[in-house]
Amino acid sequence: MSISQYIFWFLSFVAVLSALIVVFAKNPIYSVLNLIITFFAIAGHYFLLNAQFLAAVHIIVYAGAIMVLFLYVIMMLNLNKETEPHKKQYVKLVAVVAAGLLMLTIIGSLKGAEAMVPAGIVNNNIGTVELIGDKLFGEFLLPFEVSSILLLSAMVGAVYLSKKELH
Amino acid sequence: MEASINGVSLNYYIILSTVLFCIGVLGVMIRRNAIIMFMCIELMLNAVNLLMVAFSRYFGDTNGQVFVVFIMAVAAAEVAVGLAILMMIYRNAKTSDTEVLNQLKG
Repeated sequence: MSISQYIFWFLSFVAVLSALIVVFAKNPIYSVLNLIITFFAIAGHYFLLNAQFLAAVHIIVYAGAIMVLFLYVIMMLNLNKETEPHKKQYVKLVAVVAAGLLMLTIIGSLKGAEAMVPAGIVNNNIGTVELIGDKLFGEFLLPFEVSSILLLSAMVGAVYLSKKELH
Repeated sequence: MEASINGVSLNYYIILSTVLFCIGVLGVMIRRNAIIMFMCIELMLNAVNLLMVAFSRYFGDTNGQVFVVFIMAVAAAEVAVGLAILMMIYRNAKTSDTEVLNQLKG
């Protein structure tokens, strides 16, 4: 096994394990912290796939911004182990079976994609900042600008919703 | 034919992202706390992002990674608005338990 295979298995193990802890942890704070670990493992996968730009953006946006937002909300809502509601046991069992079946279905339907991978020489430097910036400010300029409008409207909406009095 | 880069086959990435996605689905189904459900939705988004990056790498096409950038922008907007809505629900109902919020139930 090569070194990148070891790294792949390690990162996958960490990602899946901490994702499971996110779902099954009693305390919401543990869920958030394990979600951060999952995000770092996914960022590691991006590095492994040579997507340096996305790895950096992923860490900044998810681990840096979104998870801080989650932690703040949990802090303000004062959630802890005692206030945590639980579903009935048989509902959980049905959910596990349903999720397992969904997993089998998706894996079965995507498995054939490997045969479509072009056999030629693989381009090793896709995902560099230069190439992504080139695409983003060339072919995808309009979607890029529209996404800035989306972020602006989300900001306005969040500020409006969290005002004390809504009239 | 085994399509592999650095000895890691594309199928491994497909299986990994599917497992992460289904853990997210499972979380949405078995938890009642709205914030945890929200985090599981983020997990599902990330699983799809990972698969998109993997496909983009194995097919040698940058467009997939540009799409992931857009998905991240949408996810950030979604989290900001969603958490604001959650705060408002909590202020009115004093809970984040989704089974208490059943006023729309017929």
